[in-house]
Amino acid sequence: MTQLANTSTTSHAARTDTDAAAEPGTTRVVLTTEEDLLTVRHAVRAATLAVGFGIVDQTRVVTAASELARNAYIHGGGGVLTIDCPRRHGGKGLRLTIRDEGPGIPDVDAALVDGFTTGAGLGHGLGGARRLMDEFEVRTVPGGGTTVVATRWVPR
Amino acid sequence: MSGPASTGVPILRLGDVLITGLLNELDDKAALAFTHELTERISADRVRGVLIDISRLEIIDSFVARTLMELAMMARLLGARVIVAGMRPPVAITLVELGIELVGVETALNAEQGMAALGWRQSPQPPEGAHRDSTR
Repeated sequence: MTQLANTSTTSHAARTDTDAAAEPGTTRVVLTTEEDLLTVRHAVRAATLAVGFGIVDQTRVVTAASELARNAYIHGGGGVLTIDCPRRHGGKGLRLTIRDEGPGIPDVDAALVDGFTTGAGLGHGLGGARRLMDEFEVRTVPGGGTTVVATRWVPR
Repeated sequence: MSGPASTGVPILRLGDVLITGLLNELDDKAALAFTHELTERISADRVRGVLIDISRLEIIDSFVARTLMELAMMARLLGARVIVAGMRPPVAITLVELGIELVGVETALNAEQGMAALGWRQSPQPPEGAHRDSTR
Protein backbone atom coordinates (compact mmCIF):
# COMPACT_ATOMS: atom_id res chain seq x y z
CA MET A 1 0.00 0.00 0.00
CA THR A 2 2.75 2.43 0.94
CA GLN A 3 4.67 2.38 -2.33
CA LEU A 4 1.64 2.56 -4.52
CA ALA A 5 -0.13 5.09 -2.40
CA ASN A 6 2.45 7.78 -3.03
CA THR A 7 1.26 8.34 -6.53
CA SER A 8 -2.33 7.21 -6.18
CA THR A 9 -4.61 9.58 -7.94
CA THR A 10 -8.15 8.44 -8.02
CA SER A 11 -10.56 9.84 -10.52
CA HIS A 12 -14.29 9.61 -10.10
CA ALA A 13 -15.29 11.97 -12.86
CA ALA A 14 -18.49 10.96 -14.56
CA ARG A 15 -17.10 12.77 -17.56
CA THR A 16 -14.13 15.02 -17.94
CA ASP A 17 -14.51 17.88 -20.29
CA THR A 18 -11.11 18.97 -21.44
CA ASP A 19 -12.27 21.67 -23.82
CA ALA A 20 -14.39 23.40 -21.21
CA ALA A 21 -12.99 26.91 -21.18
CA ALA A 22 -13.13 28.85 -17.94
CA GLU A 23 -14.61 32.32 -17.90
CA PRO A 24 -12.58 35.11 -16.36
CA GLY A 25 -15.02 35.44 -13.47
CA THR A 26 -13.48 33.16 -10.88
CA THR A 27 -13.95 33.52 -7.15
CA ARG A 28 -11.58 32.29 -4.48
CA VAL A 29 -12.54 31.69 -0.88
CA VAL A 30 -9.86 30.82 1.64
CA LEU A 31 -11.08 28.45 4.32
CA THR A 32 -9.31 28.87 7.60
CA THR A 33 -12.03 29.40 10.18
CA GLU A 34 -15.51 28.02 10.76
CA GLU A 35 -16.99 31.38 9.73
CA ASP A 36 -15.47 30.85 6.30
CA LEU A 37 -17.95 28.00 5.79
CA LEU A 38 -20.70 30.64 5.71
CA THR A 39 -18.64 32.75 3.32
CA VAL A 40 -18.40 29.70 1.06
CA ARG A 41 -22.18 29.31 1.04
CA HIS A 42 -22.71 32.97 0.22
CA ALA A 43 -20.14 32.98 -2.57
CA VAL A 44 -21.48 29.77 -4.11
CA ARG A 45 -25.09 30.93 -3.82
CA ALA A 46 -24.19 34.18 -5.62
CA ALA A 47 -22.39 32.22 -8.33
CA THR A 48 -25.34 29.84 -8.88
CA LEU A 49 -27.63 32.85 -9.27
CA ALA A 50 -25.23 34.50 -11.73
CA VAL A 51 -25.00 31.32 -13.83
CA GLY A 52 -28.79 31.03 -13.90
CA PHE A 53 -29.56 27.88 -11.92
CA GLY A 54 -33.10 27.25 -10.71
CA ILE A 55 -33.82 27.08 -7.00
CA VAL A 56 -33.41 23.29 -6.67
CA ASP A 57 -30.05 23.30 -8.47
CA GLN A 58 -28.95 26.29 -6.40
CA THR A 59 -29.76 24.31 -3.26
CA ARG A 60 -27.94 21.22 -4.56
CA VAL A 61 -24.77 23.12 -5.45
CA VAL A 62 -24.66 25.18 -2.26
CA THR A 63 -25.23 22.05 -0.17
CA ALA A 64 -22.47 20.17 -2.03
CA ALA A 65 -20.13 23.14 -1.52
CA SER A 66 -20.97 23.16 2.18
CA GLU A 67 -20.14 19.45 2.49
CA LEU A 68 -16.88 19.75 0.58
CA ALA A 69 -15.81 22.90 2.42
CA ARG A 70 -16.50 21.26 5.76
CA ASN A 71 -14.48 18.21 4.71
CA ALA A 72 -11.56 20.44 3.80
CA TYR A 73 -11.92 22.37 7.05
CA ILE A 74 -12.21 19.34 9.34
CA HIS A 75 -9.98 16.79 7.62
CA GLY A 76 -7.69 19.02 5.59
CA GLY A 77 -7.10 21.70 8.20
CA GLY A 78 -8.55 24.32 5.89
CA GLY A 79 -8.18 24.93 2.21
CA VAL A 80 -9.07 27.05 -0.76
CA LEU A 81 -12.26 26.97 -2.79
CA THR A 82 -12.22 28.23 -6.34
CA ILE A 83 -15.52 28.84 -8.10
CA ASP A 84 -15.59 29.25 -11.83
CA CYS A 85 -18.06 28.99 -14.65
CA PRO A 86 -16.96 26.62 -17.40
CA ARG A 87 -18.75 26.42 -20.74
CA ARG A 88 -19.23 23.50 -23.05
CA HIS A 89 -21.24 23.20 -26.22
CA GLY A 90 -22.84 26.55 -25.53
CA GLY A 91 -24.01 25.44 -22.08
CA LYS A 92 -23.01 26.99 -18.80
CA GLY A 93 -21.95 25.33 -15.62
CA LEU A 94 -20.51 25.98 -12.22
CA ARG A 95 -17.34 24.31 -11.06
CA LEU A 96 -16.15 24.02 -7.49
CA THR A 97 -12.51 23.22 -6.88
CA ILE A 98 -11.63 22.59 -3.25
CA ARG A 99 -8.01 22.05 -2.41
CA ASP A 100 -6.58 21.27 0.97
CA GLU A 101 -3.12 20.41 2.22
CA GLY A 102 -4.31 17.81 4.67
CA PRO A 103 -3.24 14.20 5.11
CA GLY A 104 -5.10 13.04 2.02
CA ILE A 105 -7.71 10.31 1.82
CA PRO A 106 -6.15 6.84 2.13
CA ASP A 107 -9.07 5.07 0.47
CA VAL A 108 -11.23 7.29 -1.72
CA ASP A 109 -13.62 4.49 -2.64
CA ALA A 110 -14.36 3.87 1.04
CA ALA A 111 -14.71 7.60 1.69
CA LEU A 112 -17.33 7.85 -1.04
CA VAL A 113 -19.51 5.20 0.60
CA ASP A 114 -22.39 6.58 2.65
CA GLY A 115 -21.89 6.28 6.35
CA PHE A 116 -18.11 6.39 6.14
CA THR A 117 -16.77 8.97 8.53
CA THR A 118 -13.68 9.72 10.50
CA GLY A 119 -15.00 13.05 11.73
CA ALA A 120 -18.03 14.69 13.23
CA GLY A 121 -20.40 14.38 10.30
CA LEU A 122 -22.90 11.82 9.17
CA GLY A 123 -20.51 10.29 6.69
CA HIS A 124 -22.56 11.48 3.76
CA GLY A 125 -20.28 14.36 2.84
CA LEU A 126 -18.22 13.10 -0.06
CA GLY A 127 -20.62 10.56 -1.53
CA GLY A 128 -23.57 12.88 -1.00
CA ALA A 129 -21.81 15.81 -2.64
CA ARG A 130 -21.00 13.57 -5.61
CA ARG A 131 -24.70 12.77 -6.09
CA LEU A 132 -25.59 16.46 -6.02
CA MET A 133 -23.18 17.33 -8.83
CA ASP A 134 -22.95 16.19 -12.47
CA GLU A 135 -19.20 15.65 -12.50
CA PHE A 136 -17.05 14.78 -9.56
CA GLU A 137 -13.38 14.08 -9.27
CA VAL A 138 -11.21 13.43 -6.23
CA ARG A 139 -7.45 13.75 -6.49
CA THR A 140 -5.67 12.79 -3.34
CA VAL A 141 -2.13 11.96 -2.39
CA PRO A 142 -1.49 10.51 1.05
CA GLY A 143 0.36 13.24 2.92
CA GLY A 144 -0.05 15.60 0.01
CA GLY A 145 -3.55 16.95 0.32
CA THR A 146 -6.81 16.49 -1.50
CA THR A 147 -8.43 18.31 -4.38
CA VAL A 148 -12.08 17.81 -5.24
CA VAL A 149 -13.40 19.17 -8.53
CA ALA A 150 -17.18 19.14 -8.85
CA THR A 151 -19.25 20.60 -11.68
CA ARG A 152 -22.94 21.04 -12.26
CA TRP A 153 -24.30 22.08 -15.64
CA VAL A 154 -27.29 24.32 -16.17
CA PRO A 155 -30.00 22.20 -17.77
CA ARG A 156 -30.98 23.38 -21.24
CA MET B 1 -20.63 36.54 19.34
CA SER B 2 -18.17 34.39 21.27
CA GLY B 3 -20.44 33.72 24.24
CA PRO B 4 -21.15 30.03 24.42
CA ALA B 5 -24.31 30.41 26.49
CA SER B 6 -26.77 31.85 24.00
CA THR B 7 -27.20 31.87 20.27
CA GLY B 8 -29.64 34.76 20.33
CA VAL B 9 -32.29 32.53 18.78
CA PRO B 10 -35.58 33.15 20.60
CA ILE B 11 -37.10 30.16 22.36
CA LEU B 12 -40.70 30.91 23.35
CA ARG B 13 -42.88 28.87 25.63
CA LEU B 14 -46.59 28.46 24.96
CA GLY B 15 -48.12 26.26 27.61
CA ASP B 16 -46.19 23.02 27.55
CA VAL B 17 -44.64 23.61 24.15
CA LEU B 18 -41.44 25.44 23.22
CA ILE B 19 -41.37 27.26 19.91
CA THR B 20 -38.18 28.19 18.17
CA GLY B 21 -36.60 28.34 14.77
CA LEU B 22 -33.27 27.94 13.06
CA LEU B 23 -31.71 30.79 11.13
CA ASN B 24 -30.01 30.37 7.81
CA GLU B 25 -26.78 31.88 9.07
CA LEU B 26 -26.38 29.29 11.78
CA ASP B 27 -22.77 28.17 11.90
CA ASP B 28 -21.49 25.01 13.53
CA LYS B 29 -20.70 26.57 16.90
CA ALA B 30 -24.06 28.29 17.05
CA ALA B 31 -25.81 25.03 16.17
CA LEU B 32 -24.15 23.26 19.08
CA ALA B 33 -24.88 26.15 21.45
CA PHE B 34 -28.50 26.07 20.33
CA THR B 35 -28.73 22.34 21.06
CA HIS B 36 -27.46 22.90 24.59
CA GLU B 37 -29.75 25.86 25.18
CA LEU B 38 -32.82 24.06 23.92
CA THR B 39 -32.23 20.93 25.98
CA GLU B 40 -31.71 23.12 29.06
CA ARG B 41 -35.01 24.86 28.36
CA ILE B 42 -36.88 21.58 27.81
CA SER B 43 -35.78 20.48 31.24
CA ALA B 44 -36.21 23.85 33.01
CA ASP B 45 -39.62 24.62 31.49
CA ARG B 46 -40.82 21.01 31.76
CA VAL B 47 -42.31 21.03 28.30
CA ARG B 48 -43.71 18.05 26.47
CA GLY B 49 -43.29 19.35 22.95
CA VAL B 50 -40.89 21.44 20.87
CA LEU B 51 -41.65 23.04 17.54
CA ILE B 52 -38.61 23.99 15.48
CA ASP B 53 -39.39 26.09 12.45
CA ILE B 54 -36.82 25.59 9.70
CA SER B 55 -38.52 27.57 6.95
CA ARG B 56 -35.63 30.03 6.95
CA LEU B 57 -33.04 27.35 6.21
CA GLU B 58 -31.93 27.58 2.60
CA ILE B 59 -29.82 24.47 2.90
CA ILE B 60 -29.51 21.52 5.26
CA ASP B 61 -26.16 19.84 4.98
CA SER B 62 -25.09 16.73 6.84
CA PHE B 63 -23.95 18.77 9.83
CA VAL B 64 -27.28 20.55 10.30
CA ALA B 65 -29.08 17.24 9.69
CA ARG B 66 -27.02 15.61 12.40
CA THR B 67 -27.78 18.52 14.74
CA LEU B 68 -31.53 18.08 14.17
CA MET B 69 -31.33 14.32 14.70
CA GLU B 70 -29.38 14.75 17.92
CA LEU B 71 -31.79 17.42 19.13
CA ALA B 72 -34.77 15.16 18.52
CA MET B 73 -33.04 12.29 20.29
CA MET B 74 -32.03 14.37 23.32
CA ALA B 75 -35.52 15.85 23.60
CA ARG B 76 -37.02 12.38 23.44
CA LEU B 77 -34.77 11.25 26.27
CA LEU B 78 -36.07 14.21 28.26
CA GLY B 79 -39.64 13.17 27.51
CA ALA B 80 -40.40 15.82 24.93
CA ARG B 81 -41.51 15.43 21.35
CA VAL B 82 -39.79 17.53 18.68
CA ILE B 83 -41.47 18.53 15.45
CA VAL B 84 -39.42 20.15 12.72
CA ALA B 85 -41.69 22.29 10.56
CA GLY B 86 -41.55 24.17 7.31
CA MET B 87 -38.77 22.51 5.35
CA ARG B 88 -38.43 24.13 1.92
CA PRO B 89 -39.13 21.74 -0.97
CA PRO B 90 -35.67 22.19 -2.59
CA VAL B 91 -34.10 21.35 0.78
CA ALA B 92 -36.19 18.16 0.97
CA ILE B 93 -35.11 17.14 -2.55
CA THR B 94 -31.46 17.81 -1.76
CA LEU B 95 -31.57 15.90 1.54
CA VAL B 96 -32.95 12.83 -0.22
CA GLU B 97 -30.23 13.02 -2.86
CA LEU B 98 -27.62 13.42 -0.15
CA GLY B 99 -28.95 10.19 1.31
CA ILE B 100 -30.00 11.70 4.62
CA GLU B 101 -33.23 10.42 6.13
CA LEU B 102 -33.42 12.48 9.32
CA VAL B 103 -34.09 9.30 11.24
CA GLY B 104 -36.18 9.93 14.33
CA VAL B 105 -37.08 13.49 13.39
CA GLU B 106 -40.80 14.19 13.10
CA THR B 107 -41.72 16.78 10.52
CA ALA B 108 -44.71 18.93 9.62
CA LEU B 109 -45.50 20.94 6.51
CA ASN B 110 -45.59 24.21 8.42
CA ALA B 111 -45.59 25.60 11.94
CA GLU B 112 -49.38 25.56 12.17
CA GLN B 113 -49.61 21.87 11.36
CA GLY B 114 -46.71 21.19 13.69
CA MET B 115 -48.52 22.90 16.54
CA ALA B 116 -51.67 20.95 15.73
CA ALA B 117 -49.65 17.73 15.94
CA LEU B 118 -48.43 18.84 19.37
CA GLY B 119 -52.02 19.17 20.50
CA TRP B 120 -52.73 22.84 19.91
CA ARG B 121 -56.04 23.65 18.29
CA GLN B 122 -57.07 26.92 16.74
CA SER B 123 -60.00 28.33 18.64
CA PRO B 124 -62.45 30.94 17.34
CA GLN B 125 -61.37 34.55 17.82
CA PRO B 126 -62.93 36.18 20.85
CA PRO B 127 -65.11 39.17 19.99
CA GLU B 128 -63.40 42.56 19.87
CA GLY B 129 -62.84 43.97 23.36
CA ALA B 130 -63.56 40.65 25.01
CA HIS B 131 -61.77 39.74 28.20
CA ARG B 132 -58.53 38.03 27.35
CA ASP B 133 -57.83 34.83 29.11
CA SER B 134 -54.21 33.83 28.96
CA THR B 135 -54.96 30.26 29.94
CA ARG B 136 -56.57 27.79 27.66
